[in-house]
Amino acid sequence: MAHRMLRIIPEKCTGCMQCELACSFVQTGRFQPSRSVIRVHLFDEQASYAPYTCFQCGEAWCMTACPVNAIAINPDTGAKVVLEETCVGCSLCTIACPFGTIFYNPETKKAFKCNLCEGDPACARACPTGAILYEEMPAVDWMAPWSAKVRSGYLEVVGAGGA
Amino acid sequence: MGGWTGQLLRVDLAAGRATVEPLNMTWARDFIGGRGLGARYLYAETDPRVEPLAAENKLIFATGPLTGTNASCGARYMVVTKGALTGAITTSNSGGHWGPELKFAGYDMIIVEGRAARPVYLWIYDDQAEIKDAGRLWGKTTWETEDAIREEVGVPDAVVASIGPAGERLVRFACIVNDRHRAAGRSGVGAVMGSKNLKAIAVRGTRGVTVADPRAFLEAAWAGKARMAKNPVTGSGFARFGTLATMDPINEVGALPTRNHQHGQFEGVKEIGAGALKKSGRLLTNKACFACTIACGRVTRVTGAGAARYTVHTSRKNWRMAAEGPEYENAWSLGADCGVSDQDAILMANYLCNELGMDPISMGVTIAAAMELFDRGVLTEARCGIALRFGSGEALVRMVEATAWRRGIGDELAEGAMRLTAKLGHPELFMGVKGQEFPAYDPRGLQGMGLGYATSNRGACHLRAFTAGAEVFGKMDRTATEGKAELTKKLQDTGAGTYDAAGLCSFVDSAVGPKDVVPMLAAATGIAYTVDDVLKAGERIHNLERLWNLRAGFTAKDDTLPPRMLSEPPPSGPSAGMVSRLHEMLPRYYEIRGWDAEGRPTPAKLAELGLATL
Ligand code: SF4
Repeated sequence: MAHRMLRIIPEKCTGCMQCELACSFVQTGRFQPSRSVIRVHLFDEQASYAPYTCFQCGEAWCMTACPVNAIAINPDTGAKVVLEETCVGCSLCTIACPFGTIFYNPETKKAFKCNLCEGDPACARACPTGAILYEEMPAVDWMAPWSAKVRSGYLEVVGAGGA
Repeated sequence: MGGWTGQLLRVDLAAGRATVEPLNMTWARDFIGGRGLGARYLYAETDPRVEPLAAENKLIFATGPLTGTNASCGARYMVVTKGALTGAITTSNSGGHWGPELKFAGYDMIIVEGRAARPVYLWIYDDQAEIKDAGRLWGKTTWETEDAIREEVGVPDAVVASIGPAGERLVRFACIVNDRHRAAGRSGVGAVMGSKNLKAIAVRGTRGVTVADPRAFLEAAWAGKARMAKNPVTGSGFARFGTLATMDPINEVGALPTRNHQHGQFEGVKEIGAGALKKSGRLLTNKACFACTIACGRVTRVTGAGAARYTVHTSRKNWRMAAEGPEYENAWSLGADCGVSDQDAILMANYLCNELGMDPISMGVTIAAAMELFDRGVLTEARCGIALRFGSGEALVRMVEATAWRRGIGDELAEGAMRLTAKLGHPELFMGVKGQEFPAYDPRGLQGMGLGYATSNRGACHLRAFTAGAEVFGKMDRTATEGKAELTKKLQDTGAGTYDAAGLCSFVDSAVGPKDVVPMLAAATGIAYTVDDVLKAGERIHNLERLWNLRAGFTAKDDTLPPRMLSEPPPSGPSAGMVSRLHEMLPRYYEIRGWDAEGRPTPAKLAELGLATL
């Protein structure tokens, strides 16, 4: 089933951090970007600003890695969510995630990540430039093209027979 | 409580100690924060007659209650001190990410006192504050310093405010730079920092900012954001063209000061404006400060031909990729005022100012004064090492570097235009007020700007009373003096309380005024501020700064303009034949301020503002 997902258009981003402010406010009731689960990286020398958050991967490595099944799929939104009561705070998911978009909170000793705000993402609402859209799209296996690229690079180095 | 963190960090450099103190909440209520609260502390703790570069001068970094919140443009911090350029109280404002980061670490302000025996920097990570050795950093540019500190402390998210070689060498108009391209620019706050042997303050804050009434706050902040999105300036104009959008209209009315204010129009305006920046491919994108929904920042690069044309010794590895600037002010000061129409030269001079840590307005106007002195044969090629001709991009770029390092004639430019022209026997060629060089609006063609410059507490400044808004873009007659005293007072008081003390960028003002900001302030702090309270706070702040300056030795005689503005009209253009009629406005201004004929606040006025005991 197709769910609405966050689509990010980095070319539109100005690096204003309104998304981080809104996200952290939802999490903690404070303006606290260090707790935001959307992050904006400012690549100043490249004139490029890159917001990134959980892609809600089709094949979610955080879920696979979790030893106690504390990450589940919300059937309404399709979001992968951390079940706080189940999470034992081992941080394996944060290591497994290739994008660094699941985090560990030292205060609660639990993992936390984007849950799409139960279907009304605050970051998308807050963005003044329309760089974050909440749109229907099929769950993508974001990792496939990436691993294909990495693999081909690997083959170039070790030679076709080496894999 | 919310908005304020309720704490300040006091840093005694001589003792090498940083201690946390509770904020004086009575002062916080009455002076709000930023410019106001900083001034209140400076007033209480420092003798106004202190030498700006003496250890006894204090350097205050102050945020406002809205800094670090999601209020549009709530990014600002103020540096409050006795200015090295002016000897007056200065309140120098910067955006970027540094102010919010300080709040997130848990502090509203930092008060730096004394002088370190050797170069140091301050490293703040939430409740840990450490004074660290900066020997290795001394001599580095601001950009190098930011990278080096992040590497040394091992925290990639640390935000750094630092001085460059110019601040270290006490260049009178050295600034403090954060996030590479944002600066507390004016009045020489960087020289004060340099005099304290303080190279940088690096901050990482993870705790966030709370507001007293979240629901009311979000509603007020969202209403402000919506207004800003709808307004043509804050909604799209500044994002597309930057503040450079201002250049054409100002030139059209003949108020674009050119060649050290000899003329009011620049023939090269098309080559240095917003259109040229875009068409030439120099403009890469626009950029926002923290929480900013305007995004007026210009991310640019120099062209290959430009990079090849000029000889520069400072690191330039990033310039062909992306740096920032110019704002309208810099494009004017380094461009029109020096007669330079090569945009690459302006960009390079602008980048150099950011990297070496100098205010590009004062730099440009000082070079313009030197160019006029060269024109008149007072300065020579032999003395300067180059022909300081109006229009020479090579001379511009060379002088910027020479000034920051105080090399050759640069050592004299580093003293600013007032001291330079006085030393060379032509004080009348200094274009500024109270030692601070003019910004980009000619007070002969814009009567209100002249009054604003003459009465600004930190010396000539366009941000303290931007009457050009009404005189060029609004309905007021720019050539009339009627109503300008009232307008100037109103803008000065509104700006001080509503934006500068609250922690907002004053560029929100075309869309968002006191009526919009006061609900944010009230909801953030939990204090039932009214519009009247905040306007009164603005007036209180302006008067407190005035009291400071009077005690520092300034008098009504200093509320004036250079003779060129008062008696030498531009020879051509739409402002031809005009001079500033300051004398028609100033007495009226004193009167409505509740000041006596000598420009001193009356006891009645001070009592009304709660300043009677000062
Ligand atoms: S709110 Fe939008 S423009 Fe601002 S940083 Fe986030 S994605 Fe970028």
